[in-house]
Amino acid sequence: MYGFEALTFNIHGGYLEAIVRGHRATLLTASDYNNLCQCETLDDIKMHLSATEYGPYLQNEPSPLHTTTIVEKCTLKLVDEYKHMLCQATEPLSTFLEYITYGHMIDNVVLIVTGTLHERDVQELLEKCHPLGMFDSIASLAVAQNMSELYRLVLVDTPLAPYFSQCITSEDLDDMNIEIMRNTLYKAYLEDFYRFCQKLGGATAEIMSDLLSFEADRRAVNITINSIGTELTRDDRRKLYSNFGLLYPYGHEELAVCEDIDQVRGAMEKYPPYQSLFSKLSYGESQLLDKAFYEEEVKRLCLAFEQQFHYAVFFAYMRLREQEIRNLMWISECVAQNQKSRVSKDLLASSSKNGAN
Amino acid sequence: MQRRVEEFLDRLPEMDLMRSEKMTFVQLIFPFESAHRAVSYLGDFGLVQFRDLNEEKSPFQRTFVNQVKRCAEMSRKLRFLREQINKAGVMLPDTLAVQSDIDLEELETQLGEHEHELIEMNSNTERLQHTYNELLEFKMVLQKAGGFLFSGKEHSVLEERELEENVFSNNGYVETASLIDKEMRPATSEQSGLNFISGIVCKSKAIMFERMLFRATRGNMLFNQALADEVVLDPVTAEEVEKIVFTVFFSGEQAKKKILKICEAFGANCYSVPEDIVKQRQMTREVLSRLSDFEATLDAGLRHRNKVLSSIALQLPKWTNKVRREKAVYDTLNMLNFDVTKKCLVGEGWCPIFAKTKIQEALHRATFDSNSLVGIIFHVMDSVDSPPTYFRTNKVTNAYQEIVDAYGVAQYQEANPAVYSVITFPFLFAVMFGDWGHGICLLLGALVLIAYESKLSNKKLGSFMELLFGGRYVLLFMSLFSIYCGLIYNEFFSVPFYIFGRSAYECRDSSCSDAASVGLVKVRDAYPFGVDPKWRGSRSELPFLNSLKMKMSILLGMTQMNLGIILSYFNARFFGSSLDIRYQFVPQMIFLNSLFGYLSLLIIVKWCTGAQADLYHVMIYMFLSPADDLRENELFWGQRPLQIVLLLLAIVAVPWMLFPKPFIQRKLHLERFQGRTYGILGTSEMDIESEPDSARRHHHHEEFNFSEVFVHQMIHSIEFVLGAVSNTASYLRLWALSLAHSELSTVFYEKVLLLAWGYDNFIISAFLHALRLHWVEFQNKFYHGDGYKFKPFSFALLMDEDE
Repeated sequence: MYGFEALTFNIHGGYLEAIVRGHRATLLTASDYNNLCQCETLDDIKMHLSATEYGPYLQNEPSPLHTTTIVEKCTLKLVDEYKHMLCQATEPLSTFLEYITYGHMIDNVVLIVTGTLHERDVQELLEKCHPLGMFDSIASLAVAQNMSELYRLVLVDTPLAPYFSQCITSEDLDDMNIEIMRNTLYKAYLEDFYRFCQKLGGATAEIMSDLLSFEADRRAVNITINSIGTELTRDDRRKLYSNFGLLYPYGHEELAVCEDIDQVRGAMEKYPPYQSLFSKLSYGESQLLDKAFYEEEVKRLCLAFEQQFHYAVFFAYMRLREQEIRNLMWISECVAQNQKSRVSKDLLASSSKNGAN
Repeated sequence: MQRRVEEFLDRLPEMDLMRSEKMTFVQLIFPFESAHRAVSYLGDFGLVQFRDLNEEKSPFQRTFVNQVKRCAEMSRKLRFLREQINKAGVMLPDTLAVQSDIDLEELETQLGEHEHELIEMNSNTERLQHTYNELLEFKMVLQKAGGFLFSGKEHSVLEERELEENVFSNNGYVETASLIDKEMRPATSEQSGLNFISGIVCKSKAIMFERMLFRATRGNMLFNQALADEVVLDPVTAEEVEKIVFTVFFSGEQAKKKILKICEAFGANCYSVPEDIVKQRQMTREVLSRLSDFEATLDAGLRHRNKVLSSIALQLPKWTNKVRREKAVYDTLNMLNFDVTKKCLVGEGWCPIFAKTKIQEALHRATFDSNSLVGIIFHVMDSVDSPPTYFRTNKVTNAYQEIVDAYGVAQYQEANPAVYSVITFPFLFAVMFGDWGHGICLLLGALVLIAYESKLSNKKLGSFMELLFGGRYVLLFMSLFSIYCGLIYNEFFSVPFYIFGRSAYECRDSSCSDAASVGLVKVRDAYPFGVDPKWRGSRSELPFLNSLKMKMSILLGMTQMNLGIILSYFNARFFGSSLDIRYQFVPQMIFLNSLFGYLSLLIIVKWCTGAQADLYHVMIYMFLSPADDLRENELFWGQRPLQIVLLLLAIVAVPWMLFPKPFIQRKLHLERFQGRTYGILGTSEMDIESEPDSARRHHHHEEFNFSEVFVHQMIHSIEFVLGAVSNTASYLRLWALSLAHSELSTVFYEKVLLLAWGYDNFIISAFLHALRLHWVEFQNKFYHGDGYKFKPFSFALLMDEDE
């Protein structure tokens, strides 16, 4: 159907696309961030946010605010918007929207499993979970002792079940295993999502493949950097890379054998889109890499709004909003801890610089 | 002659609604101590629109941010109280309590106390409710789970009769259980190594729960469940939750651990049920007695809480009102410029000139009341910005003003079409909706709305009702005109009535067999008012009415469009722009009237003389071959030369309205600004330096772009020339809808049931068409509508907004 989406897209997707674009227009602007950075207390932040779309969510909070309350309420707004869109969506958009939450689901599973491993209270863990990644039986994850039990007991009912087929072992759970499980799951999820978007075709496939490839490549680089100096073998590392993306397959071969950050850099600089990212960093530095990747992601997400009649806007909007909430969390933390000088340092104001037009 | 006309126009009485109120830009300098009181007095008065002088400051950098925050905090508390009151089902009083003035600080502490008290009470109730729920659940588990246990045992002793009683008579369980003999129950479960856990879980989670248990124990378990008799009140959300009682039988310690964990994960509360019937009975009794204790305590707590809430409810509207006002006052104070050295606040804003003395009075009062030594300075300033538009309307004209504002707010002092819309709008509606039967129905509706005006205005109505209520006077006028037009059309639900005498026509013979085919004979003078009822149903009904309504539409349209152009003359005169009169108004008048004004003339002549001329033919050949002889279509002597003159005038008018204006404008511009490029810049900068607080903006004289002005003029002229044709045609909708209306009501008359349905629909479509005729055909002749509304700081408006 490539090129003909415009003909039929609005029958089912028009209303929701309008909704999502409306939501996107309410993302905080650069001047909002400017004002937020000048706040002295969390109450100031609340006051400023009360003039934005977050207003109704924060207005009934009693005055000694906490950072967690702000973040919680802002997330609640995102979740409400998501739920509204999901309720209105028809196939295949509803499936697409559900795919967006699987990443959070994986994170939540890992969070609970790691938490129980360290004998934390389940209720406390549940509070920390991202509300988008919740599923019915999430609390019973604590029962499981090993991978196969985890799968058999709980995850078989969730959409994550198919992704699990690759990492069922009867090994007991430990930190390393869980981390590998997370990455295996994520790999399977990304690949599945990628295939789904390809099946949708049209502009959705085109834009989503770009966004997901970027995500996959970023994960590959992160896995490589994090696994340097651990017991993970090259083959195991190779197995965790998603089988698509710009780096696939030759870049993966190179990344698999990297032993330090500069080798990663060498491997990545062969790819023009990533060259510019690395050129900003000095040698041997990996701290700022995350930020550089985030910035690049935000840029790409904003570009997704330049085309019409595709589903990637939903993905992009959710991601941008999450980035915005991360920003708010950062600002509030800095304000709460009297670290005002650091406020603007790690801020990705670009999350909506383009959102204002 | 011209002077006389001008004199006559000048002597015309002033029309209030025609031009918006004269506004003036004022500066107010408040001493710090009386500022708050002065602003709240101005809010009571409600005729000053303050300008935000701190636009570049974010909300928390402003002077009175703390007060605003406190107000926000208080309104949060008020919302909390209101929510609690609504939840408890306590009624809020409709009317405001006596307006005794309360201090803000006092209110703040009071609110804090109330909130604290309520929160404490809530948490107490919650705790109690929690324990109560546990007991209640325990009771249900005891009753139900006991049933499962015994049913298992009875199987072993094959006591079928009692099994049935035990399982199915839930309510009377305790009694039936007592019938069973004690010795009949050996501790079978412990002997077989079978353990059980019983508890209670939400109904919605039950299926998942069972599945999870099944998986965790690999199927080695027995799950019994029964619906709980009573619903449990969730202490936090205060919702009723349906639950089920379950009992799981299993074996082994490992399984027990797992099951307990799963129970925890699903929020299932487990209670241990003794296997011994005596103990069980004893326990049940204990639980029941404690339950009744708790119930009493809970009730007492609830009563106390309701009492507290209803005492708060009495005060709540007053408090809300107070806090809202305070917040508005501080928001306004934040718009003022705070001068630290002079200890005063500087405000700027617009107010209508007529209100100046009253404002000064209010300010004096404020100075006096707050015992300030320094008065409030109030003086008029110049402003380069155009003033806001403010019309003083009453409840009748307000709706019409809204209709006009929906299209665009009038430029400052521009002629206001609402003045004419008060009559023309309902009239044009009625032309399309002419039926005195329908009109009476509409009138009754409008009268009901007006009769209950005072009651309804306080109430919250649905969005549709609100619309109807807001437009009740529009509705009234529409219905009156419908009755009038209906009488002219002689329509009453499409039934002809002989009201004004007898018909002028009669049948040729007594049998009246050929009335519909051959026609009737005129026997006496014409029917005195409106359409002769005899026309209805006759052969020539449609051609006659169509011709009448079509011509009438054109006449009405021409009248309204001419009125529009004449208003543009008044506008130009008012703003002193002779250019617009000479090169816009005059050619427009000539163009429109030499073509369609001539058509109107022909229509009137044809009506008066009863001539047979074909007007289409006349109009078409006026353009195609103006020099030809009109022959049988000639209506009056000298028609042919007149047509040629008119045509020539129309042709001349087009370049007349297109070319001179932009060229003259350019000439004037060059003359005015020749050699003055240097002087202006200096003085305006000086101005700004001398008054840094002022909101006066640097006044750049606009650059004159000739091509832009010319293109604009060209578009305008083309639009007018084309518009003259299309707008006239557009008025034919009056005819079309009127026709449709009468045809529809004929159909509905025959199928009475459909009446109500079509009626509603038609009102809306006639309304919309009348709206369009006003917005497009009438207002585009003169109305700019690019002003902005006067939004005074007023407590009264504040209340409306919030509600």
